[in-house]
Amino acid sequence: MSEAADLPLWAALLVSALVLVGAGLTLIGSYGLLRLERFYDRIHAPTLGSSWGTGGILVASMLLFSVLQTRPVLHEILIALFVTVTTPVTLMLLARAALYRDRTEGNADVPPMLSKDVPPTQNP
Amino acid sequence: MRRWLPYPLLTLSLTVMWVLLHRPSLGHVLLGGAIAVAATWALARLQPDKPRLRNWLAMPQLLGIVLYDIIRSNIAVAGIILQGGRARRTSGFIVIPLELSNRTGLSVLAVIVTATPGTAWVEFDPAHGRLLLHVFDLVDEAAWQALIKHRYERLLLEIFE
Repeated sequence: MSEAADLPLWAALLVSALVLVGAGLTLIGSYGLLRLERFYDRIHAPTLGSSWGTGGILVASMLLFSVLQTRPVLHEILIALFVTVTTPVTLMLLARAALYRDRTEGNADVPPMLSKDVPPTQNP
Repeated sequence: MRRWLPYPLLTLSLTVMWVLLHRPSLGHVLLGGAIAVAATWALARLQPDKPRLRNWLAMPQLLGIVLYDIIRSNIAVAGIILQGGRARRTSGFIVIPLELSNRTGLSVLAVIVTATPGTAWVEFDPAHGRLLLHVFDLVDEAAWQALIKHRYERLLLEIFE
């Protein structure tokens, strides 16, 4: 990338810092996914990558290309938006599948079904 | 107006999305606008529930709170993972009674809870309005309940109900 030489120092420093933070958080999240022991703990680790891991890299990208092209480049906002909005679907699918399995196997460390222990309220 | 623009907010969002994906110009605003209007007509045929937004002012406030909380919990969870097995930590499930019953509001709450590292939405029982969460660093159960109820649910109730 030959254009990178045109980048002012302040922008270069800021972009590098943001990319490092984003990549670092994603790495820590992946390490957590590898090292944590219980399934329900492990689902928390990758959210580091899908929140500010992605966020840091996207903000860096917006900054870098906005400075280089001297116009606001903002389509990274859409990436952030769609990553954030779609993560719950996968997470709930995984968490509920694990929960059903654990309940079927009769594991003591998962809570019982929510609808079982109280009768439904009368008015909806 | 209602006939031509059944979902004005969605039309606007789709137009903004189109313009963001291209170089902003009048041509793209017009083209994106036309595509957005056609797309919302197609959506109107499906007759989805139309969410009512009651309090616009609470939305930026909620966004600010959530962005701040995500940064804070990123640091907290990263810290716990880096400490490895040395940190004494209990994780566990908590049940939170919710007053919120609006489907859009609940979806937004699900996105907030999931996007924040350290909390995971596990199960929701719509008959009793009870939510089962898994919390990574469960020090004080009541504090987590208060966080969800007062920090997020109160604003979501203002916006959607």
